[in-house]
Amino acid sequence: MIWLDTLAQGILLGGLYALFAAGLSLVFGIMRLVNLAHGDLIVLGAYVILVMVSVTGLNPFLAATLALPVMFGFGMLLQTHLFNRVLGEDILPPLLVTFGLSVVLQNVLLETFSADSQKLSMGPVEAVGVPVGPVTLGLVPLATLGSAVAVIAALNLLFYRTKLGRAFRATSDDATTVQLMGIYPARIFSVATGIALMVATLAALYLGARANFDPTIGPARLLYAFEAVIIGGLGSLWGTLAGGLVIGVAQATGAAIRPEWQILAGHAAFVAVLLFRPRGLFPRAND
Amino acid sequence: MDRKTQLTILAAAAAVALLAAVPVIGSRALVQDLFGVLTLLVLALNWNMLAGFSGLVSVGQQAFVGIGAYVMFACVILLGMDPLAGVLVGGLAAMALAVPMAAFAFRLNGAYFAIGTWVAADIVRLVTSQWQALGGGTGTSLPKGTTKEMIFVQPVKDLLGGSSAAAADAVTYWVALALAVAMLGISYGFLRSRMGLALQAVRDNVEAARSVGIDPLRLKAMVFLLTAFGTGLAGALIFIQITRVTPEAAFSVIDWTAFVIFVTVIGGIGTLPGPILGVAVFYALERLLADYGTAYLILLGLIGMGAMLFARRGLWGWIADRTGFDPLPLSHRPPAPPSFTDLSDPVTQRS
Repeated sequence: MIWLDTLAQGILLGGLYALFAAGLSLVFGIMRLVNLAHGDLIVLGAYVILVMVSVTGLNPFLAATLALPVMFGFGMLLQTHLFNRVLGEDILPPLLVTFGLSVVLQNVLLETFSADSQKLSMGPVEAVGVPVGPVTLGLVPLATLGSAVAVIAALNLLFYRTKLGRAFRATSDDATTVQLMGIYPARIFSVATGIALMVATLAALYLGARANFDPTIGPARLLYAFEAVIIGGLGSLWGTLAGGLVIGVAQATGAAIRPEWQILAGHAAFVAVLLFRPRGLFPRAND
Repeated sequence: MDRKTQLTILAAAAAVALLAAVPVIGSRALVQDLFGVLTLLVLALNWNMLAGFSGLVSVGQQAFVGIGAYVMFACVILLGMDPLAGVLVGGLAAMALAVPMAAFAFRLNGAYFAIGTWVAADIVRLVTSQWQALGGGTGTSLPKGTTKEMIFVQPVKDLLGGSSAAAADAVTYWVALALAVAMLGISYGFLRSRMGLALQAVRDNVEAARSVGIDPLRLKAMVFLLTAFGTGLAGALIFIQITRVTPEAAFSVIDWTAFVIFVTVIGGIGTLPGPILGVAVFYALERLLADYGTAYLILLGLIGMGAMLFARRGLWGWIADRTGFDPLPLSHRPPAPPSFTDLSDPVTQRS
């Protein structure tokens, strides 16, 4: 039964990683931007929720709804004033600007909130377990996985069923030609990054609920998110969910064998997938 | 060789001679500071070669620094070798590590290469943390007195007077200076060579480069291996002076990659003098802001981002554009076109 429990824990953890990865996948899919600050933006989201909690005294779930518009606005600003200026043929400027942003964010958070680890306390709901067949699963981790599935489904609906989604896809295909149809790519990109940061805020909520966080943990989250995106296959949102689950299960299995093997097992799964299926499990885009 | 190049070489020689004299005339604190600056310069020259000239934006250089340091420690602690010999072995180990790392990261296109190298470096860090003979996750120190018994330390002590520790600092400093000068010379020679020209051709236009018979992958793989060697040497040398190694310190992405990236970008990425200017700015900022902790890192990051937004070729590019001054020209003059009268093709004969 132990291995069944490990598998279940891994899948739930994978839900969190899928949430980390969804924003990265979205931004890459639309504008081919690899955002090295994504992990730190998730951590920023967690601190924004923390501030909302301490200012309003609300439960983190409700505080997160206040944080969402803040992070959406921040994403729009970042894209409009920073990322849009460096997008182009040359991959160097966007990489270096987002890497610089990562380091700056990390250290601003360190200066503001110190290196002490924090946690978003969910109250009594944290201790609630739900018996599912032979194993008992935490309600909050279940909600994490449920949210991940819901977010991916919602993003897919947005992409393939709405006018905005059509604009996203068209801009992704050819950012020059869409301008003839009255679409302004810079604005589309800004909305996309805003949405990505809303997803990141949701990820931050469950990150803070699950474990302690501090300003330095961003880069590791970026790596997990990136692994999930690559394992799933570039450009496929459901693939990203699958990639998150693969990393989650691999980490849980590694940790079950030896606690210090958790992260290493996740990386090993990533390397294995890359060696045998270089384009991921469900490739869609051509790059 | 034209006059300008001669003058540049003369000025450079004078600067190197002045730097070489620092342990004799300067304080020990200055020697230690400049040791940090010189090793950072070596790291920056290597990273610039990767990102600036080969289009390989690696965020995993800490893997080579760390493995260089750890293998040097292994040579000293487990094999009883001299630390400086350990530095060489550390560099070779880094180059050996670069082979599987390239095999893995080169599968990732463009921007994803960056995170791929980062993941690879994290794997190396986690595996090294399992190396129990070198302290596992908590790390280990060099045996007491190791650096004092290092080769060259006794003669230097006799020469300079002072303590063995100061003499050891002087020795590592001179090695760092030699490494920096060698790296600069090799970079220049390499970039001026056929292969260097091919590299810049690949960076500017892959398709056109291919069409004249250049194999971009082979060329990039070679640069990746060679820069891993240089980075590993620098890493091992740095940790002789620190004398203590932990996985967190040896594989720190901030210390061995972020600083290096900022220094190169501020000075001028893709230019040869860029990293030199970059470390100068870095050193000045470090002195000015020493008391403000992370503020200094924030400022460095902001300046780096500013450079990418407003001056893509950094401080050096800005200066070169305004003055036309280029002491180490990397461009080749095209061969003079044949004059029309020499041509015996029918078109010109008719006219």
